[in-house]
Amino acid sequence: MGQHAGQSDFRLQLQAALAETDTRARLDGLARLAQSRLGFIETIQLDRALVRSAAESIDGYARVRLAVLSSNTIDHLLPAIRVAGLRYKLRLDVFSGSFGQYRQELLDPGSPLVQFRPDLILLSLDARQATSGVPISATAEEVEEALARAIGELRELWRHAHSTLDATVIQQSYLDVSEPLFGSYDRLVPAAPSRLIARLNDLLAHAAAQENVMLLDVTQASAHDGIDAWFDVARWLQGKMEIAPHAAPRYGELIARLIGAQRGKSRKCLVLDLDNTLWGGVVGDVGTAGIILGEGSALGEAHLALQRYAKLLKDRGVILAVCSKNEHALAEAAFREHPEMVLRPLDIAAFVANWNDKVENLEEIAERLNIGLDSLVFVDDNPVERARVREALPMVAVPELPNDPALYVRCIAEAGYFEAVSFTADDLRRGDHYATNAARETLRGVSQSVDDFLRGLGMSVTYGPIEPVDLARATQLINKTNQFSTTTRRYSADEVARFVAAPEGLTLQFRLADRFGDNGLVSVMILRPADAPGVLDVDTWVMSCRVFGRQLENEAMSIAVEAARGRGIRFLRADYIPTERNGVVSGLFKGLGFAAVPGTEPGGASRWILNTAEYVAPPTFITRRAPQP
Amino acid sequence: MTDQDILTVFTRTLRDLIGDDSIVLAMNTRRNDVDGWDSFMYVSFIVAIELELQIKFRIADVESFETVGDIVAEARSLLG
Repeated sequence: MGQHAGQSDFRLQLQAALAETDTRARLDGLARLAQSRLGFIETIQLDRALVRSAAESIDGYARVRLAVLSSNTIDHLLPAIRVAGLRYKLRLDVFSGSFGQYRQELLDPGSPLVQFRPDLILLSLDARQATSGVPISATAEEVEEALARAIGELRELWRHAHSTLDATVIQQSYLDVSEPLFGSYDRLVPAAPSRLIARLNDLLAHAAAQENVMLLDVTQASAHDGIDAWFDVARWLQGKMEIAPHAAPRYGELIARLIGAQRGKSRKCLVLDLDNTLWGGVVGDVGTAGIILGEGSALGEAHLALQRYAKLLKDRGVILAVCSKNEHALAEAAFREHPEMVLRPLDIAAFVANWNDKVENLEEIAERLNIGLDSLVFVDDNPVERARVREALPMVAVPELPNDPALYVRCIAEAGYFEAVSFTADDLRRGDHYATNAARETLRGVSQSVDDFLRGLGMSVTYGPIEPVDLARATQLINKTNQFSTTTRRYSADEVARFVAAPEGLTLQFRLADRFGDNGLVSVMILRPADAPGVLDVDTWVMSCRVFGRQLENEAMSIAVEAARGRGIRFLRADYIPTERNGVVSGLFKGLGFAAVPGTEPGGASRWILNTAEYVAPPTFITRRAPQP
Repeated sequence: MTDQDILTVFTRTLRDLIGDDSIVLAMNTRRNDVDGWDSFMYVSFIVAIELELQIKFRIADVESFETVGDIVAEARSLLG
C-alpha cells in the first residue's frame, strides 16, 4: 500500500508545522502543506490543524467569511474549502447552512446566517428542484417558461443577499448528473434532462452576469474531469451528497481560486522559457531553421499548441514574457523569422535572453513590467531551473511541467493561475499597451530630462465619476492593485456601485492617454463622507503600475480637490495603510501637501489631512479633456 | 490481506479522521462504542476505506453493518 508511507510522512510534516509556536510560522507551514496533492483524510487532518491552531488574524492572510447554502449535504466539503483557501492566503471562516433551508435562512432576519454576517454567499444548488415538474412532452416555450421562473426566483435571492446582507453572491452552476434518456437524440428534445440542465446553466450564467453575481462553474469542471470524478450515486443515496467526498479537494480549489481572483490574487504574467518549452531543440545549436515547431511533427505541434495557448492568454489580457538562457539576437531572430511561430516579438512585453541566473532575470522582468514577483508564472522544461526558482523565489508560481510537451498546455491551464471574474476592454488593450511601451521607452531614451520626456508624451486625462460602464474595470483595478494602493481595501462590484450611488460620497475614475496610445482607465478614487461635516475620507485610491511616474497622481488629486471644493468640502482626510507591497505610496500624501495627523506609530497606518482651501495644484504636463458627462 | 491487516487499516483511518490516537477497534466494536463516530463520520469512514482499499461497498451493506467485524468481513470478500 503505497499511500501508507505517504500518510505517515504527512503526519510528521503536519506535526512539525504545528510545533511552531509563532502563529504566522505555523500558518505558513500549513499553507506549504496545503500546496501538495492531498488525499481525502489528509485534507481533513490539515483542516483540523488549521481550525485549531490559529484563531487570531495574521497579516498577509485575508480573513473572509463565506456562507455555503445548499439544497443538499455539503458538510463533507468544508474542510477542503478551508484548506484550499490557505493555498491562496485566505483564511476562510465557513458557515454551512442547514440542509435545504437556504431560502428561509436568507430571508429570516434573525437566522444564524444573518448573524454570521457573510462577506460571500455561495449558493450550491442541485438541478432537481429547478427542473422538476417539466414533463418530457414540454415544448421549447414551456421549458423556457419553467426555467425562467426558476432563475427569476434565484434573482430574488441574490438581490436579497446583496441588499440586506451586504454580501457578494457566488452562484454554482448546476451539475449534470442525469443519465441519457434517448441517447444522442437528447440534444433535440427540449425537456430531456441533460438538455434542460444545459439550458438552465446558460440562463443562469446570463442572469449572474447581469446581477454582478460570480459564477462557480462546476459543470465545466465536471465535463472536463468526467462526471465520476464529481458524482457518486451511492453518496447521493446515502447522504444526499451531490458533490462526492472524493471531489472535495477539486471543489475547494475551484472556490478558493475564484475568491482569490476576486481579491486580486490571480497571476498576471506568463514567463516562458524558449528551448524545449516554446519550441523543440536548442536554437543556439541548430539555428532558427532547425528548431522543432509546427505542422509535420507531433512534437512540433505540441510546442505550437503552447504558443497558441499563450497567445490566447495574451489576447485576454495576460502579460507574456520570455526568460531564456540564450544569445539575445539569436532568440529574437527565431521569433521574427521562423514561419511557424505564433508568438511574435510584439506579443512579448519583456524579452530577457542572456546567460544570467534565471532568478535575477525574473526579478528583472518583474521590475521592468512593474509588477510583483507573486504575479509571475514561470514555465520551464528544465527541472533544475524550476527547483532553483522555487527555492530562491517561492512567491513565483512554477508549474511542475510533465516531461511530455504534449501535456504542457493542460498543466498550465488546470492550475488556474489566471482565473478572472471579469473581462474588460482594458484587458483587451493590455497587449497594445506593452507594444506601445517600447516607443515610450525610446522617447525616454532620447529625452534630455524627465520633464522633457513627460512633455514629449503629450498626455491627457479624461475623468469623471465611475459610470456603470466603468464598474467592471474599476472593480478589477481596486482588487488587483497592490502597489499604488493607499489602503488596499478590496471591494466587490456591488460595493463599488453603492459608493457611486451614495449622494454624500464622490467617486472618480481617470483615463490617461498619450501620443502613443490610450492607457485606458488607470486610476480610481473613492471618497466617502467622514464622521464630521465638511470632511471627505479618501477611502481608496489605486493607480495602475503602467502609468507610474507620469504625474497622474498630482493631476488626479487636483481634480478631486476641485470636485470636493465644489461641494463645500473643507477637508480631505486620507489613511495610508502600509503593506508589503505599497511602499511606493508611503510618501504620497505628504508630497501632495497633506499634513500628518499626530499619533501615528512608526511602520503602522498613518492619517493625513488636507485643507482644501489651502491646496495648491502642482503643475503637470497632463492636459485635461472635458470631464465625461 | 488478513482480517488483522484490514482492522489495522480501519483503526488508523478512524484515528486520522476523528483525530484521536487512543481509538482501538476490535471486531466486536460498534459505532456507539467510539466517541465521535457519528453518522457523518461513519460515511466519511466508509469513503476513506473505499478510497484506501480501492473497493466499493454496496449501499445495502453499508446500511446493515453492525460491528467493525461486519465491515472487515465485507471488505475482505470485496478484496477477493
